[in-house]
Amino acid sequence: MEFVSYFGAVFSPFPFLILIIGTVGGLILGATPGLSPTMAVALLIPFTFQMEPAHGLILLGAAYTSSVAGGAVSAILLRIPGAPANIATALDGYAMAQKGEAAKALQMCFVSSAVGGVVGILVLIFLTPVLAAWALGFGPSHLFWIAILGVTVIATLDSNSVVKGLLSGCIGLWISTIGLDSIQGVERFTFSEHLDGGIHVIAALIGLFAIPQVVEMLEIGRNKKIMTLMNTAQHSVVDSILEVLGKVRALFIGSTVGVIIGLIPGAGGQIAGIISYDQTRKFSPNRERFGSGESEGVVAAESANNAMVGPSLVPLLTLSVPGSPTAAVLLGGLLIHGIFPGPDLFTKHADVAWTFIDSMLVGQILMLVFGLYIARLAAKIILVPPPILASGILILAVFGSYSVQHSISDVLVMLTLGLGMYCLEKFGYTAAPLVLGIILGPIAESNYVQGRIIAQAGDGMISYFLTGPLNVTLYVLCLASIGYSIVMEVRTRRQQTAVTENEVGEEPA
Amino acid sequence: MKRILMTMAAALSVAFAGDALAQKYPDRPVSVTVAYSAGGATDFQARIVTMVAGNAQYLGQPIVIINKPGAGGKVGWNHFASKAKTDGYELAAYNVPHFIAQSIKFKTKYNINNLEPIANWGADPAVFVVGKDSPFNSVADVVKFAKANPGKVTVSGAGLFVGHHIAFLQIQKETGVKLSYVPHKGGAPALKSVIGGQVMAGVNNLSDAFRSRSNLKILGIADNQRDKEFLPDVPTFKEQGFNVDDSSVNFRGIMVRKGTPKEVIDVLAAKVPEMFKNARVAKQMKNGGSPLRVLNRDQVKKMWKERQAFLTELLKGL
Repeated sequence: MEFVSYFGAVFSPFPFLILIIGTVGGLILGATPGLSPTMAVALLIPFTFQMEPAHGLILLGAAYTSSVAGGAVSAILLRIPGAPANIATALDGYAMAQKGEAAKALQMCFVSSAVGGVVGILVLIFLTPVLAAWALGFGPSHLFWIAILGVTVIATLDSNSVVKGLLSGCIGLWISTIGLDSIQGVERFTFSEHLDGGIHVIAALIGLFAIPQVVEMLEIGRNKKIMTLMNTAQHSVVDSILEVLGKVRALFIGSTVGVIIGLIPGAGGQIAGIISYDQTRKFSPNRERFGSGESEGVVAAESANNAMVGPSLVPLLTLSVPGSPTAAVLLGGLLIHGIFPGPDLFTKHADVAWTFIDSMLVGQILMLVFGLYIARLAAKIILVPPPILASGILILAVFGSYSVQHSISDVLVMLTLGLGMYCLEKFGYTAAPLVLGIILGPIAESNYVQGRIIAQAGDGMISYFLTGPLNVTLYVLCLASIGYSIVMEVRTRRQQTAVTENEVGEEPA
Repeated sequence: MKRILMTMAAALSVAFAGDALAQKYPDRPVSVTVAYSAGGATDFQARIVTMVAGNAQYLGQPIVIINKPGAGGKVGWNHFASKAKTDGYELAAYNVPHFIAQSIKFKTKYNINNLEPIANWGADPAVFVVGKDSPFNSVADVVKFAKANPGKVTVSGAGLFVGHHIAFLQIQKETGVKLSYVPHKGGAPALKSVIGGQVMAGVNNLSDAFRSRSNLKILGIADNQRDKEFLPDVPTFKEQGFNVDDSSVNFRGIMVRKGTPKEVIDVLAAKVPEMFKNARVAKQMKNGGSPLRVLNRDQVKKMWKERQAFLTELLKGL
């Protein structure tokens, strides 16, 4: 209960002001396509140089928390996820916005983010000593299976067609192999110097989601007849809160998946949203409605990607091992103040550590408050005429992809992938499975390669990859996921055939 | 605040002091390209060592860090060696042995002949680590086990042809045993593998291993002398009877492109090492657990040449 005594430090005037600045700034940075949470934190670190350690960390922690949720704003309103963690949010969130429920979707997104976030931080506060060692037990074979579990989701992510979903997943996996393989040191598919550095996942994300959107908006142009302005119905905040809290299944699955994925170093929180979305769909009686504006999908995805924030700091704070890219950047922010995370962090620098964690807890509430406020304003974005909106998005897309690594190559890659995706969309393919392929490819590949080297030095491939309780659990989950998809596909087909037969049968009468 | 005002005043006085002074280098901010991402060790240290550049006794102009990561540094350095201006306003950070090893193993646009060193700020030696519960208590234990079980000892490190890999190759060569190198994407995941017990041993940065020392046993330093500040009790490989020198030490410093005017290089070579020795810089580096080792231009030139010769030999046939 030590953490309670440090709430005072969070609520004193200056830290609280920093907390507000960090939260609002994080929301805005997160909502900008291309500025991922990792970037947001990295951008703010130089500002902490002159601050007291605790104050600097409050700023970074608040920005981390709220930028993860901020990424949902553009995902819902424009179908452009602010960061890979928000891909699943775009699936149902944008569909809701199209139905005129943008305000409702945004409100529900921030409420579920706050719920997931609080769960995650509570796990960090109470279960850190228990979980730290467990999280470190995940090795290459386990991460390989987790990536494969993600791949099994690809097939069902595209609600129209399993085959097209798999195909775009394969394209994504291929794209992820472009560039220098940092494990083996081999260059692949680098026929142009712009591809030397590989395809950065943020550049790909912006291109694949934003550019087809822009081209479509420009197609509509000023033609008022086709121009369909989306309406945004006002929605009561209280209703949203009650509705989210009523979705116990989605919140439970979302928070659990987020916590587990967040804890595992190397899995990265990016896939937490997708896996939780997929699991919630499988357990939901409304599974057919997923993808066409089912609010449960938004709740599942957003509670998961915020639940990941707290646990992703467990290995960092206790063992000084950053489990995710954002945690690695935060480590830099700690070190600059001479604070070494590790077992004695909570004894030597208890004030800093607990103030930081408490501020993240308070930050969740502030994020909810400001998020709900921003939701009302942001929902108006879709009232902007498409041509103007399109040029705005294009500017942000170029700016966002350039700023990731200060490289014009990323901008070219972004535009090329985007135009390619526009063509693919004409044939009924969707971007989400493709991006998932780009994210999962390197995780699966590098862990397989590392696992193979370790296995060959040890007891061989079969015992390394297929034995042990963790491996067995994970590949049984993979098999179950595939099996479930097949069963559902067959059942839907049968139902469809039955319906058609009935219709055919009834027609003559 | 006073310092900033003084700097601004100094900058203004330079700007308005007539032609002779106006041509004085530098009269506008200077950039340093870092070939690794923001938040990484090189970026983190580059920001610390350049933070006092604006002081009048150093450059009198601020230094801006520009991150151009990708392909283990190749993207940033290729860009620098082929596109950077040679007017002295575009500098870059180097990592030895990384960029030299890459220039030997890959078709890169950079090598030690088209770059000019300015000064070195830091040296992070590689250390040999095992998990806290490992049965190994010295390098000799590992060698003894590996002799009986060739290829069974797995050793993690950050990627291929970086300092960790070079140290691994040296250790393997000097001890004459076969070990299995497991490359990771960066030093932090490689260290995690050792702590988590996924691999039996690891080669990692002294600074990172020092921070995790309660979960590790640090068996040896791949350097010519012990580290008195952080790990005074850890013996070097040489002390343990294995001739592994400082060739894998991760040296970090500042360089410019060849073709930069001599006058500019002279200004930088005189002032940059002094900047690295600033008391505030030294304090921040120490806080961050990053060993400071300032070398002047001539010392770095010599070090680059030695590494080039050594690495060409070591990497032959790989």
